[in-house]
Amino acid sequence: MAEIPVPVPVPDADNQGFWDGCRRGELRLQRCLGCGAWRHHPRPICPRCQSFACEWALASGRGVVHTFTIVHRPTLPAFEDRLPYNVIVVRLEEGPFMVSNLVGGSAEDLRIGAAVEVVFEPLDDAISLPKFRPRRAR
Amino acid sequence: MSPAPLSIRDRAAIVGIGRTPYSKRSGVTEQHQAAAAILAALDDAGLSIAEVDGIARFDIENVNELQLVYGMGIPHLRFFAGVPSGGGAVAGTLVLAAMAIATGQASVVVCYRARNRGRQSSHGAKPLQGGRPWAKHAAALTDFYQYHVPFGLITPAQEMALIYRRHMHEFGTTTEHFGAVAVAQRAHAARNPEAVMREPITLADHQASRWIAEPLRLLDCCLETDGACAVVMTSAERARDCRQPPAYLLAGAQAEGPIHIQMADYLAHWQEKTAGAAVAEQLYGMAGVTARDVDAAMFFDHFSPAVILSLEDYGFCARGEGGPFVAAGEHAWPHGSIPVNTHGGSLSEAYIHGYNHILEGVRQIRGTSHCQVPDCELVLVTSSNTDPTGAVLLRR
Ligand SMILES: [Zn+2]
Repeated sequence: MAEIPVPVPVPDADNQGFWDGCRRGELRLQRCLGCGAWRHHPRPICPRCQSFACEWALASGRGVVHTFTIVHRPTLPAFEDRLPYNVIVVRLEEGPFMVSNLVGGSAEDLRIGAAVEVVFEPLDDAISLPKFRPRRAR
Repeated sequence: MSPAPLSIRDRAAIVGIGRTPYSKRSGVTEQHQAAAAILAALDDAGLSIAEVDGIARFDIENVNELQLVYGMGIPHLRFFAGVPSGGGAVAGTLVLAAMAIATGQASVVVCYRARNRGRQSSHGAKPLQGGRPWAKHAAALTDFYQYHVPFGLITPAQEMALIYRRHMHEFGTTTEHFGAVAVAQRAHAARNPEAVMREPITLADHQASRWIAEPLRLLDCCLETDGACAVVMTSAERARDCRQPPAYLLAGAQAEGPIHIQMADYLAHWQEKTAGAAVAEQLYGMAGVTARDVDAAMFFDHFSPAVILSLEDYGFCARGEGGPFVAAGEHAWPHGSIPVNTHGGSLSEAYIHGYNHILEGVRQIRGTSHCQVPDCELVLVTSSNTDPTGAVLLRR
């Protein structure tokens, strides 16, 4: 059976910087030039100070698991072969939340409060997805 | 001197309710179902199609006013409007209708929801033309779904599971608490011949049912139903001459806040005011009542823990205490302090996007529920309690 492709994000003027960063292996989020607040998802205006001016700032890539689920059926055909799989919400050190998956960990790593760090997984030539792996004390 | 401020309080009433049979496969289109439910509601009220001059519906409703005008012979519409969102729109349609009636923009307003939800049902290819909307994601994602879908976050159950997991973490809520909701609502449905699922279940059945998206099990999830519900509203004055006892719209409110299901906040700020709590404050303020005065509550229940969160939002218990509250049976008819979803709700009667809850609210006011609350004078009916949301209070 041919592999069923995962639906692919199509960048637009508001989020091109985010997806460009991911393709280069960098987690770049919008940071407001008016008040300094970080934000995600990408959007044209700062919800804190209403400035349209922002930069694509390099984030630490570190965060903690805020919440998670383990997905069983149903899901889309593209994800059937990885069932059951996790979905996590990461609270990034900079403040914003991000939906992702925990990769490279064990079942014990999938818990609220677990420290994680970003890794990138290519979806196609243009899009890489920011995923997270357990962050171990060094 | 400025005129007295306009209010929708007590200005309009639900005078007719109608529905189709609820089933897993109706074999007819959503337009067919909408028309049948609307005719039944008009008949219930003793009003004719020629008297309808207003329509309020969900924005995402697949059956539009044009189809009803040419399809049913409504001669002349003066008012037509929609409410954004999915399950967040339930109560908002009644608020719109009441506003139109209170301001003279319409005199007889029909509100409805028609859905073919089953996988084998009659529906079209577009996302809003029935079936499972999430199963129709395009191969290229051009909206905010691009931050969810590529990670396998697809369905409402998965999205809400993230929020409920957080509730468990912060407050000690358990899946047994979820089960207490599902078991009680099935017991209500067992008395209701209109319900799709009537076989009683136990907490053990709930705990043994398969995972959908942890911590949600199959028995935590709403049904997938074909069917339609409709209500007819008119002015409080005219309502007194209709065929049925009126259910007056004492108050209605809507709210949108920062806790949308799909905008990645995931209740990070729910120690602040949720949209549901904001609605409760507006609603009780307009009505001059508190949660203590409410005799029955029809909460939007796409998933059983939604009832737990709603009990907190609407002040029946404190934030975080919804789990122990349902474990004590406070939501269960006939002995609980606030009987919830006495028709079986979306978990056991039918999932008509919460619109069947309005019908049950009216039945409680009329005294015709299969799980009738004695001397029921005031009923709360809510929209889905993630943003946006809303609620109405119906009174005898
Ligand atoms: Zn700013």
